[in-house]
Amino acid sequence: MLEIKGVNSFYGKAHVLNDLSFDVERGQVVALLGRNGAGKTTTMKSVMQLVVPQTGSVTYQSADITRMPPHKVAKMGLGYVPEERRIFTDLTVMENLEVGRQPEREGTVTWSEDMLFDMFPNLAERRTNRGKELSGGEQQMLTIARTLMGNPSLILLDEPSEGIAPVIVEEMARVILRLKKDGLTVLLSEQNLHFAQAVADRVVIIESGTAKYKGTLAELNAQPEVRDTYLSV
Amino acid sequence: MGLFIAQILTGLANASALFMVASGLSLIFGVTRIVNFAHGSFYMLGAYVGYSFMQVLPGAWGFWTSILLAGLIVGLIGIVVEMLVLRPVYKAPELFQLVATFGVILVIQDLTLLVWGADDFLGPRAPGLKGIIRIMGEPIPKYDLALIALTPFVAFALWWLITKTRTGILVRAATQDREMVGALGVNQAWLFTGVFFLGCALAGLGGAVQLPKGGADLLMDFNILSAIFVVVVIGGMGSLPGAYVAAVLISVLNVFGVNYLPQSTLALMFVVMVVVLIFRPFGLFGREEVAGEHGQVGEPERPIKPAGQSARMIVMLGLGLLALLPLVGDSFIQVLITDIAIFCLFAASLHFLLGLGGLVSFGHAAYFGGGAYAAALLVTYAGTPMELALILAPLAAGLTAIIFGWVCLRLTGVYFAMLTLAFAQLLWSLVFQWGDFTGGDDGLVDIWPSEWASGTTTFYYLALVLCIGGIIILRHTAHSPFGYALRGARDSARQAEATGINTKHVQWVAFGFAGAMAGIAGGLFVFSKGSIFPNELEIARSFDALIVVFLGGVKTLAGGVVGGAALEGAKDYITRFEYWRLLLGLLIIFVVILAPDGIAGTLRKWAEKIGLMKREDRV
Ligand SMILES: Nc1ncnc2c1ncn2[C@@H]1O[C@H](COP(=O)(O)OP(=O)(O)OP(=O)(O)O)[C@@H](O)[C@H]1O
Ligand SMILES: [Mg+2]
Repeated sequence: MLEIKGVNSFYGKAHVLNDLSFDVERGQVVALLGRNGAGKTTTMKSVMQLVVPQTGSVTYQSADITRMPPHKVAKMGLGYVPEERRIFTDLTVMENLEVGRQPEREGTVTWSEDMLFDMFPNLAERRTNRGKELSGGEQQMLTIARTLMGNPSLILLDEPSEGIAPVIVEEMARVILRLKKDGLTVLLSEQNLHFAQAVADRVVIIESGTAKYKGTLAELNAQPEVRDTYLSV
Repeated sequence: MGLFIAQILTGLANASALFMVASGLSLIFGVTRIVNFAHGSFYMLGAYVGYSFMQVLPGAWGFWTSILLAGLIVGLIGIVVEMLVLRPVYKAPELFQLVATFGVILVIQDLTLLVWGADDFLGPRAPGLKGIIRIMGEPIPKYDLALIALTPFVAFALWWLITKTRTGILVRAATQDREMVGALGVNQAWLFTGVFFLGCALAGLGGAVQLPKGGADLLMDFNILSAIFVVVVIGGMGSLPGAYVAAVLISVLNVFGVNYLPQSTLALMFVVMVVVLIFRPFGLFGREEVAGEHGQVGEPERPIKPAGQSARMIVMLGLGLLALLPLVGDSFIQVLITDIAIFCLFAASLHFLLGLGGLVSFGHAAYFGGGAYAAALLVTYAGTPMELALILAPLAAGLTAIIFGWVCLRLTGVYFAMLTLAFAQLLWSLVFQWGDFTGGDDGLVDIWPSEWASGTTTFYYLALVLCIGGIIILRHTAHSPFGYALRGARDSARQAEATGINTKHVQWVAFGFAGAMAGIAGGLFVFSKGSIFPNELEIARSFDALIVVFLGGVKTLAGGVVGGAALEGAKDYITRFEYWRLLLGLLIIFVVILAPDGIAGTLRKWAEKIGLMKREDRV
């Protein structure tokens, strides 16, 4: 479904992604693991073309999307949930959802506000509140809901469990599994294994912008030395 | 009491057009982050287009249709400008955008002249609203009342558009985080174009709607520019309610000013702005600018190095030629070179601030003109000899810069730029309106050099020595520890602070120093011309310097100098054409789009490419 092949990305002169390659198959939840600064966010941005890879290619549903403007990438069915959430703080919850709205797309769920409020009951009570009035957890839900309004087939979740309360982390895991059940493909990034354990089918571990390990969760669990080398447990 | 009410009403009526134009500017800035200096030009176009329609469309129906059509057509012209000129520069540094929009001003000025001619048009009066109504005994034009009634509807329509429609929601979202809006599948390019259309249409409406009160003339573009900037800055960049409140505030104050403080009406507005900004740095309704939002493009800057051997040779050769020039060149050439040298020093001083300090000052004319006026006033009132005046001029300009800089440097980015512009305008309006002392519009005349320096050739050498000396001092300062501290403050304030540099202090000193250098140029200018007029303090003068620095290339030290020589030289040639503004404007736009490194920067790149220059061998 998504193929990242030999991608090299830079910030100015800083070489951040180094010949990065991995695939994400349809219907799977893939966890991109790596320490602080390993290049997870940059990978997500390189998929969305928010950071344009200097060499290499990103292929989505057998179309080359490298160097496409981000709004076209989004229109192809890639949904991006950024790490820093980036909700529109001056807009209400309803308005935030409106920004994400896109026409329905074949082969994936078409979301409505009501379906999303079912999935995130907390947001339902706050629909007329402004983004800046929400708690961290509510903001995280809103970013996901906002992206789902675009009816994506593949959703990129950058550290969805970062900085939110444990109960909400659990809810987040439930949401991801629900999305998977609905047929969505998920690529999520995480620093540690705990959250990934609960949701992921496969893992890709990166360090210094290179994929160091690819395999199923079960395989990784059988190799604690890999885990200890690349992840801070 | 009656008079008081009448004045308030006049103020409210005047606020109408001002609000429309300013809200357009504010919208455009909010979403695109571009400070559209050409906004006054769209306002002017609105007046002309509206006027033309009113000539052919009869009656009250025709009058109001004309106004709407003016808005529509100006909006469409805005789309063309956005697509051709602005799209290529959205990601460029602010200065590029500023210069591009300034090119648009020049082009529109000449195209307007071309289409409508040089005569002013008296605006037609609104059919059905020609008379006056007496309110508490005071006569109030009916049209004023119509405008007062109309404005809330325009404001309401805008409010509805912005708060209730999907487009409005996207616009507000983009005001906060454009990139995220794009990542959610919205094509920003069209959003930007749409906003530009709306903003320009509002400017066009404003221009057309004021026709019965003001008419149409070719000075409207610059005349409204400072007022709308003041309104937008007081209200807060990007805020519509802010634009309304500020437009009313400024207009009402202005009406009272005309009655009670006729000497200082122009200054009043800037004083209000400065006071507001001191207490609310981002305007009444504005939000703090997020740093780092203004993308910089282009290669990373290379470290500045002292000139290499061959560069030194070239410069020495050039200086030698200049020194020998009087042997061959006639006095015309000498005067031209004197002008160019003075202008180069002025531009180099701005380059120092801008290129090295990253301080985009929009009001550098204040120190050039300030130095010039200081010298002229000393000569006129104290009979000061030239030598002393030339020493005191930079001191006065530097002192002015230190005072203005103290306030301006409290802010950064766009607000800093606006504030420097406002201070320059403040100085201009003081000089312009305080005629008893400064000669006002008539300027100060009969200011000639001392006996020994009065010959063209002697003065030529004097100007050359002082200007080149000034430029060399600027260059040496750039390579001194102070210059490095200034660059440090520009590139990473926090890092610089960590190494013990007081960045604000460094910038403040640089501001004063650059002001003083501009003051030397100003002083020389007065003595070379024998007179001084307020236009040396005008926005256009500040822009001249900005364009020069830009044309020369912000990143090269030689930029200011090469650019100055190029522009003064080109102007001397180009101004012989009737439509030189059009040419210059197009030239500027082309340079912005095609040679974003400026003339010196681009030449350098070419030279390196074909091997004429080694990479480290730069001037
Ligand atoms: N805008 C930027 N400019 C320069 N360097 C950057 C920029 N953003 C990230 N980097 C650098 O790129 C590297 C990878 O950053 P990235 O944000 O992709 O890591 P990450 O794996 O997402 O880390 P985290 O777990 O902290 O989110 C880091 O070394 C970081 O310092
Ligand atoms: Mg990250």
